[in-house]
Amino acid sequence: MTLTATKLTIIEALNQALATEMERDQRIVLLGEDIGKNGGVFRVTDGLQARFGEDRVFDTPLAESGIIGTSIGLAVNGLRPIAEIQFAGFMFVAMNQIVSQAARIRTRSAGMYHCPLVIRAPYGGGIRTPEMHADSLEGVFLQTPGLKVVLPSSPYDAKGLLISAIEDPDPVIFLENIKLYRSFKQEVPPERYTIPLGQAATLQEGSDITIITYGAMVPVSQQAAHKVQEETGASIEIIDLRTIWPMDEEAIIKSVTKTGRAIVVHEAPRAGGVNSEVVSIINDNCLYSLLKPVARVTGYDTPFPSPGLEDSYIPTVSRVVKALRQTLED
Amino acid sequence: MRKDELETPYQIMDPAGKMLGAMPEGLTNQKLLEWYRLMWEIRYYSNKTVALQRQGRSTTWGPLNGQEATAIGMGAVLQPQDWMVGSYRDAGAYMAKGYPMKALFYYTRGFSIAPELVGQDKRCLPYQIVLATQTLHGVGIAMASRIKKENAVTMIGVGDGASSEGDFNEALNFAGVFKAPAVIVLVNNGWAISTPRSHQSAAKYLMHRAVGFGMPGMLVDGNDVLACYSVMKEAVERARHGEGPTLIEAVTYRHGAHTTADDPTRYRDPKEVEYWMQRDPTLRLKNYLVEQGVWDEEKDRQIREEVESYVNEQADIAYNHPTPGPDGMFTNTYEKLTPRMLKQREELRRELNLEAEVK
Repeated sequence: MTLTATKLTIIEALNQALATEMERDQRIVLLGEDIGKNGGVFRVTDGLQARFGEDRVFDTPLAESGIIGTSIGLAVNGLRPIAEIQFAGFMFVAMNQIVSQAARIRTRSAGMYHCPLVIRAPYGGGIRTPEMHADSLEGVFLQTPGLKVVLPSSPYDAKGLLISAIEDPDPVIFLENIKLYRSFKQEVPPERYTIPLGQAATLQEGSDITIITYGAMVPVSQQAAHKVQEETGASIEIIDLRTIWPMDEEAIIKSVTKTGRAIVVHEAPRAGGVNSEVVSIINDNCLYSLLKPVARVTGYDTPFPSPGLEDSYIPTVSRVVKALRQTLED
Repeated sequence: MRKDELETPYQIMDPAGKMLGAMPEGLTNQKLLEWYRLMWEIRYYSNKTVALQRQGRSTTWGPLNGQEATAIGMGAVLQPQDWMVGSYRDAGAYMAKGYPMKALFYYTRGFSIAPELVGQDKRCLPYQIVLATQTLHGVGIAMASRIKKENAVTMIGVGDGASSEGDFNEALNFAGVFKAPAVIVLVNNGWAISTPRSHQSAAKYLMHRAVGFGMPGMLVDGNDVLACYSVMKEAVERARHGEGPTLIEAVTYRHGAHTTADDPTRYRDPKEVEYWMQRDPTLRLKNYLVEQGVWDEEKDRQIREEVESYVNEQADIAYNHPTPGPDGMFTNTYEKLTPRMLKQREELRRELNLEAEVK
């Protein structure tokens, strides 16, 4: 039988990755709120309980700290839990279990125990969710050693990165952008493949300026780049970080050294965020290659606003275009 | 004065060492003599750590004195394949499960665990610092045993103060819903630093919470090693036979300070302390053994000397054990260090000469 690639949404690609891995590895269990019969509120786990049984795919009481805390125990005792937090905004409830416990059990036990746990959660705005459902909190995890943080931007990457996250012997926060979930389809090979964590992707090569971005801001950056290329003929490089921790420093340094200009684009707030880290990496490694200051296009340092205002919060193509134009000026 | 011990919890032996009920099956005087020695091992281990802290050699330490009977019950009812998940005040229970004293000393010396001092995996998670979080880990471990159909029970230790945490309540809830083969021992020593038990909950007994989570709740005299053993054994058997979790409240008392950084005379009535010193678990078991004709003052003096020198030996092993260099902080953050961490480790190694360099 020849397997042919089918066009899938991110949701379908994630579902395929989960099914593929559960088939291969009996240790994998899925837990979370409404992930069983309901398949999760976004249907990422659709059909998996029927296929793999209630011992391997189970609904939990409504308690995020409980989900992560018990997942740590499941992982320590030889299983490979994949926990779903219904919305990333609810992860703060489980923050101690994630930061002080999951991320530290290997250190605390000098390697006697470890925690191969994947925490999946939808994040980001743009689909008019009620308040507190749309936070992009990935920046918080830059200061929590022991975790890895992955944010895929396409169906192909979503599958390959999720499989790598499941294989990883340490806890991985896997953040799935809500707006990207069903926004487009892409050819995804049906067979198993992995994309290494900690490796950025160069989506297009260019020589005049680098856009460093990830998640939902990838398509926004691509559209902005297209527009600026058309009007100015500038050659624009786009780097999708894909994993923000560990961060692919080499990819950033190599590109910015080449182009001498850079902008960083993400939806999360600016202060102490991924953008700050990227600018610091540039500062430490290739400051003298810069022809202009690095521009940053991000969410504002406000709480993520009510849905009625979210379109003004989330960086738009126009904001990215403006930053590109300014940074390209001599 | 505490009110929660006025109604007598389950006892087999009264504070004077008189039998109120039958000896639990399988217990011999020989076994009780072993436990009596173990009580002193736990107490002297704790005292030694206090002494080492006073000399600036150990980290801040929370003494275990007074809680030895509960600790022995928790450890003695387990088999090697069972798990133990507790907090710092459960270090005695870890010892009762077979966790080596020298490994505990090494930790309070200021380093994470030395696996070579632990030896074969004892299935004891590093004891917990952020209280109550361990209850969820324990329930998760038990859930995994059930999913894997393994014959293993998880013993979970938690204190009266920690019972107010959300995680404790979530742990009981998960344990109940998933029928986790777990025993949760709520070691009620009356005080959370300076906060009395009465400020943790308006419930008369903390074990009443079991009803709300659909599991049996038991109240036991935590200074009666026979009662602790009996109740915990029954709960472990229930868990082992797929009948789900049990919450046991062991009423005991923290003889000393919360930690070496605490002064309990600021908040505790000396009369209360005196009352509980009369209920010392070592005293109770000793009285029984003397009554049985298998113990006397001379033997008592002898065994305490023996234990003291054993404890000193264990401490010596730990305090002479090689320690990681400063770059050990990088080890075990991940299975494989990230490129940046490798760079930072090199940076640290270079900077070790910094003090001399900048002089």
